[in-house]
Amino acid sequence: MTSAAGSRIRLQVVREGFRLAVDLALPATGITVLFGASGSGKTTLLRCVAGLERAPQGLVRIGADVWQDDEARIFLPTWRRPLGYVFQEASLFEHLTVKGNLHFGLKRTGSRDDRQVLDSAIRLLGIEKLLGRLPAGLSGGERQRVAIARALATQPRLLLLDEPLAALDHARKQEILPWLERLRDELSTPMLYVTHSADELARLADYLVVLDQGRVTAQGPAASVLASIASPVLAGDEIGALLAGTVVERDARWHLCRVAFDGGSLWLRDSGLPLGHLVRLRVLARDVSMAVEEPHGTSIQNHLPCTIESSAADVHPSQVLVRVRVGGSTLVARITGRSFDALGLQPGKSAWLQVKSVALLE
Amino acid sequence: MLPGNEAIEAIILTVKLATLTTLVLLLIATPIAWWLSVTASRWRAPISALVTLPLVLPPSVLGFYLLVAMGPDGPLGRLTLALGWGTLSFTFIGLLIGSIIFSLPFAVQPIQHAFEAIGPRPMEVAATLRAQPLDAFFNVALPLARPGLVTAAILSFAHTVGEFGVVLMIGGNIPGKTRVVSTQIYGHVEAMEYAQAHWLAGGMVLLSFAVLLALSLMKRRLGRVLP
Repeated sequence: MTSAAGSRIRLQVVREGFRLAVDLALPATGITVLFGASGSGKTTLLRCVAGLERAPQGLVRIGADVWQDDEARIFLPTWRRPLGYVFQEASLFEHLTVKGNLHFGLKRTGSRDDRQVLDSAIRLLGIEKLLGRLPAGLSGGERQRVAIARALATQPRLLLLDEPLAALDHARKQEILPWLERLRDELSTPMLYVTHSADELARLADYLVVLDQGRVTAQGPAASVLASIASPVLAGDEIGALLAGTVVERDARWHLCRVAFDGGSLWLRDSGLPLGHLVRLRVLARDVSMAVEEPHGTSIQNHLPCTIESSAADVHPSQVLVRVRVGGSTLVARITGRSFDALGLQPGKSAWLQVKSVALLE
Repeated sequence: MLPGNEAIEAIILTVKLATLTTLVLLLIATPIAWWLSVTASRWRAPISALVTLPLVLPPSVLGFYLLVAMGPDGPLGRLTLALGWGTLSFTFIGLLIGSIIFSLPFAVQPIQHAFEAIGPRPMEVAATLRAQPLDAFFNVALPLARPGLVTAAILSFAHTVGEFGVVLMIGGNIPGKTRVVSTQIYGHVEAMEYAQAHWLAGGMVLLSFAVLLALSLMKRRLGRVLP
């Protein structure tokens, strides 16, 4: 087994009024988001992976390392697991300065090139100016950035984040999200990220595990799980597709840029990103309409030829969700059942999408 | 009339007793307080009550049982006799043991409350940063509980200075050996030496006031260590 191997987490926790039973195979890199409502068992799962709680019959294998295997009577205490854990509240040591907090884990890992690791964690999270301060003097966003850097400084084999933004207001969340995206793009450390926020899910997830009442209801690459229409992960207006793309063209006159993805491209508002920049696009089902021929004489800029994959009833009986393929990508449209019928749309048929609005996520 | 040699002896003995009691109590009370703050054991309630008992018992009751225990027929007395140490009643060591038990709740409670206020989270964080349990205890829990430790030390010291009943029961009133300030004052009053009694009593009032003032000032400053 190589270090590039993914992880396996099999746990069963039964408590009064609560039951968690999961068996997950996770990729070796990127952010895996554990998504679900409160009480779905996300945090318990994370705590069991960290060894802060013990599931009676469990297997936790991270890459080639076995952290828990009750059949082999293996259970490493938390302090012997090479992990980083970021709690919902930053939980900095109040009696130590920011620097003292960062050094706490570093001192105990005792790796050789730790100085460099710490410096890059400090740079990665932009906390150079905070080092001499005490936690009590930091803002919520700063505290959480220090907590993330502190976890990274130990060079974890796995970074666990338990709703790290949930205790912050909207502005602070927007302040930290770019740092998290940076971690994902610049580090090879896999992350297990717990959240119930659709926004964080869409911006961060590479791989997605959906939990409901202690059971996994969906798992897979984020884009494909999100485009599922039979039992949508997100509700109502949040239903939509996730696309990974690159900025390939800019129209200076009209302040637009073109983002190419696997199967096509979309024009959207130019937010100043350089050509070649990797971006995530979120295309909500409510912003996508359908036509049987390429639309003409419309104000909508983005038209994409597609093939219909499937359709499913939406919450309101007048509407249907249509899942379509555009090249190698999947999108979702929400149209009325009457249109679906009148246009003669059905799986396998070709059609056109009109995309009214696209959200750029980074 | 200025305080004489006797008074100075009594003051030195009092300070020595209070200092030693405080040091020993910090060593004993910290693990007890930690255990009480984290355990889910069914022994928690009875042990907690036992530790608090000296707070409500009249000092004479405590002193009486200690006297019996330390006497030649008591369990402690038999042990010390068997070890060739003689009996502990009417000795400084006996007084020290009595003071430690008498002030135990004053040391355990502030430390226990400090540990409870910290909660389990910092210890969990320490574990995720590779700290072994003992390492985490000394480098996270103890420093965070510092205000509680300071309070415990001051209260133990002050309470020992102020004890009278237990001292009288198990220490007697032997000058230079077991005669502390509080019993010295009692002796002066019995002998109608009000002038000497005034000096010592006034000193006690000032000392106690200073200790309590220092405590509240320090709590304000150290209190900021905790959120």
